[in-house]
Amino acid sequence: MLIKNDKGTPEINSGSMADIVFLLLIFFLVTTTIDTDKGISLVLPAKNSEIVKMIDRNLVTILINEAGDVMFEGEKTAIPEIATKARELIQNNDKLAFSVKTLKQTRYDAYIHVLDQLKRAGAKRISIAEPD
Amino acid sequence: MQFKKKAQAGSGISTASMPDIIFMLLIFFMVCTVIKSSSGLNVILPDAQKIEKLPGKRGVGVIWADRAGNLTIDDRFLNPNDISGVIYQKAIDLTSPLKIVSLKIDNQVAMERVTQIHEELREVGEAALNVNYSAKTAAD
Repeated sequence: MLIKNDKGTPEINSGSMADIVFLLLIFFLVTTTIDTDKGISLVLPAKNSEIVKMIDRNLVTILINEAGDVMFEGEKTAIPEIATKARELIQNNDKLAFSVKTLKQTRYDAYIHVLDQLKRAGAKRISIAEPD
Repeated sequence: MQFKKKAQAGSGISTASMPDIIFMLLIFFMVCTVIKSSSGLNVILPDAQKIEKLPGKRGVGVIWADRAGNLTIDDRFLNPNDISGVIYQKAIDLTSPLKIVSLKIDNQVAMERVTQIHEELREVGEAALNVNYSAKTAAD
């Protein structure tokens, strides 16, 4: 038995289409994570830049050995304490430069942690000494 | 004096073209988005707190170094001595000249290797001196 539909073909209301598309758009907007690269920025010295002689009292040397121990101005210092120490020194002398020196077998993460500490202390002048 | 109201003529804006506009926006963003095409090496990045974002992906050269001693740029394995050549090619590229070099180095890599990379970048000159040591945010 057939039921006649004598009212013609019914139309789907297309007004809600916009809502559906919006919903999709918002869903993807929220769920997409654009992976932004983050890291510590540093400017390397140019190859043939002249060597600037630093006055000793404007230079703080930081040595990192293979075990990740840090010598801060000739004094063994734990890495998390570098930021506070460096900040104090910068407050007294804003021309201060930090020279970070590593050994060949020093691990990269120790180096990054030290740089991070210096950045946190607000150090602007950081130089990288070549390992011997 | 009062204006007469308009007659029944429907004055609402038709919303039927709304989906088209939104689709167009969607397609615009799909086309403009640059999806990273090289997959890189398997590295565990060091963590840091005072980190800065890189400005987009254009003009960024990425050097990968893993703990096994491999070095890659754009998924090509290289000898340390070849870095300067490849980076130089990127520096003179006219469509997206190199502005910054992102170093994705495993946290266990020895500084000897890092210094080697520094030296190679200094060979290239000005364009390659801005480096960014990729790091992940420290939990604190």
